[in-house]
Amino acid sequence: MITLDHVSKSYSTGAPALNDVSLNIEQGEFVFIVGDSGSGKSTMIKLLLRELLPTSGNITVNGVNVAALKHRQIPKFRRNIGVVFQDFRLLKDRNVYENVAFAQRVVQTPTKEIRRNVPAILSTVGLAGKYKARPRQLSGGEQQRVALARALVNKPPILLADEPTGNLDPKNSWEIMKLLEEINEAGTTVLVVTHNREIVNAMKKRVITMNKGVIISDEKEGSYIDEI
Amino acid sequence: MRFSTFFYTLKQGVINIFRNKWYSLASMATISACLLMFGVFYSVVANFQHIVKSAQEGVAVTVFFDEGLSQERIAEIGTMIEKRAEVSKVNYVSAEEAWNGFKEEYLGEYADGFGDDNPLADSANYEVYLNDVAMQGTLVSYLESIDGVREVHQSEVTATTLTGVNKLVAYSSAGIIIILLAVSIFLISNTVNIGISVRKEEINIMKYIGATDYFVRSPFVVEGMIIGFVGAAVPLGLLYFLYQTVIDYISSRFSVLSELLKFLTVEQVFTVLLPVSLIIGIGIGFIGSFTTVRKHIRV
Repeated sequence: MITLDHVSKSYSTGAPALNDVSLNIEQGEFVFIVGDSGSGKSTMIKLLLRELLPTSGNITVNGVNVAALKHRQIPKFRRNIGVVFQDFRLLKDRNVYENVAFAQRVVQTPTKEIRRNVPAILSTVGLAGKYKARPRQLSGGEQQRVALARALVNKPPILLADEPTGNLDPKNSWEIMKLLEEINEAGTTVLVVTHNREIVNAMKKRVITMNKGVIISDEKEGSYIDEI
Repeated sequence: MRFSTFFYTLKQGVINIFRNKWYSLASMATISACLLMFGVFYSVVANFQHIVKSAQEGVAVTVFFDEGLSQERIAEIGTMIEKRAEVSKVNYVSAEEAWNGFKEEYLGEYADGFGDDNPLADSANYEVYLNDVAMQGTLVSYLESIDGVREVHQSEVTATTLTGVNKLVAYSSAGIIIILLAVSIFLISNTVNIGISVRKEEINIMKYIGATDYFVRSPFVVEGMIIGFVGAAVPLGLLYFLYQTVIDYISSRFSVLSELLKFLTVEQVFTVLLPVSLIIGIGIGFIGSFTTVRKHIRV
């Protein structure tokens, strides 16, 4: 589903952000990517979303050679990847319903279907009653659920979550992780970048640990590795 | 594009205007101010050129004939002159009319001494009026070459002065209009830039979700075009009412010059000003939003 083959990424200054990274993630896997700040996690997410191009190596996502994509092909490619960020990135001036419906409008889903799909996904994330609320009226956990609903409403085969619990308290963090697990059990490949040691250790999933741009460990039922 | 997407785009464009009302008002005010200046300037220039053109139409070339030339030949010459493209009107003045005119103007009661004699017996002539004074030289050479024409009188000084004034007005107005447009594009792109940087995050989110450039850009472009339209409509409305008032005021204050100052009607001015202002307003809104969004869209 996701393959990185000897991928390196250098910015104009300093050491490479990714240095000869190779990995393979199968369809339906749940993978944690952990590591300190500057380890290359964010760069990897940006490469997978085709926000950046690798300096060398190949990246394949869902059968697509990412580096070969033309600018006009990027939107369609991104529709196969649901994304959730630490800071939620909701449209502040639109209510919950509109935020989720927006993802469907982008792919030109007929209004009738939007009216059916949005309430369904909102009830999956437990927010059916709050569809009229604005993001600022919601707690952090609720905002992240809206972001999750938005990421999933188009049923993408892959979900990327970049520090999804970074701004949440432990209770909300667990609820979000449970939701991610349910989504994964329904068949979506889930990739979670996180710093949350407790969650990583408790969930017993595949853990890829990065340090200074290289993968230092990749364990099937891994745990959080302390500072190297 | 689906109907629902089209209406969504329109709706978002309108909502954006209200959502960012201060920014929208600032943009509209900028466009309005520039187009008001443009409208005032255009009205002045158009009227000035109209007055100059009226003056040009009053400039006549006089054609005298050989002594004893037959009436048939004179009529023939008349037809030849009328056929010329640069000629707007030809008046035949008979010898009697010429003498009567001269008597009235210069002799008054002293004319009685001449009795029935007409000292201007060979002064029958054509007064030839031109479309464009700049063509006077060409016409005079042509007239002088016609068989039966004795003499051609022209006012070269008037012709060259009017042509010069017309050119000066045309060049300076083109220059000032270009400067005005450049200033307005600069002001508007600045305003649009401020508005767009506020929404940079929104554009980013749209792009992450997989929105095409077209989908992201369309509501902004609709918004820009509506702002441009309103920005153009306000000064047009203002000018429509102000124009008549100003013209009435000038005509009443300078009634002595009423023969010289022949103003255009508001309808005549608006035949050009209305479409041009709307195109400029909507065009600036379109180009301003299109190019500024483009800078932020490559995520």
